[in-house]
Amino acid sequence: MGWRVLVPDAVVAAVKAEAEAAYPYECCGFLLGPDGGASPRAATEMIAVKNEREGDPARRRFAIGPADFLAAEREAEAQGLDVVGIYHSHPDHPAAPSGTDLEQAFPWYTYIIVAVDKGAAGEVTAWRLAGNRGAFEPEEIEVTP
Amino acid sequence: MAKVILPTALRAFVDGQKEVEVAGGTVGEVLESLASGYPDLKQHLYDGDGKLRAYVNVFIGEDNIRDFGGLAAPAKEDSVVTLVPAIAGGGGAV
Repeated sequence: MGWRVLVPDAVVAAVKAEAEAAYPYECCGFLLGPDGGASPRAATEMIAVKNEREGDPARRRFAIGPADFLAAEREAEAQGLDVVGIYHSHPDHPAAPSGTDLEQAFPWYTYIIVAVDKGAAGEVTAWRLAGNRGAFEPEEIEVTP
Repeated sequence: MAKVILPTALRAFVDGQKEVEVAGGTVGEVLESLASGYPDLKQHLYDGDGKLRAYVNVFIGEDNIRDFGGLAAPAKEDSVVTLVPAIAGGGGAV
């Protein structure tokens, strides 16, 4: 089945801006949307959170603490939304999931990755973990007004 | 029965429920009961060696079980066990 996620232009722009502001470090945050089980899924809001990795490791890794996760779920619930995904940036690295991304991935979520080349945000891709946890499957992003 | 609260990502594996009540005297037993009742959930909670995956944080009430004996932490009839994904990843090699 081909996955598809609808993302407003403003959310794409906000995620790219976060990725550029965080460069040369990775940024990260949550994507919220209504009825996460819908197909196609919509990611209508984003919440930027702190990358728990600091210093040099944050150039190639990100981590989100449990308190930030719980806060995002509560915020989503308050808005009648679900946490439907996670975004992060790949500074000077392609917008494709790494082995690290795969090891740490959860099912169901939409994983959006933004490539940042020398400080400028570039390609934005989306992925979901395959049912057997063996790979990521690409998810088509449709940018909406 | 303890109540287990699941993140949205794992609800699809428990028939869409946000909360599931399961029996068990410890947090480990509660999670094993949960995985037995919902086999599709098991691979996302445990690795191939049967160990709880490192990126699954388990809270009992407001407390991370790491600080309270891990999976051996006691679960009471009215315990609320919350599964919290440790979200992580990143680009190329460090």
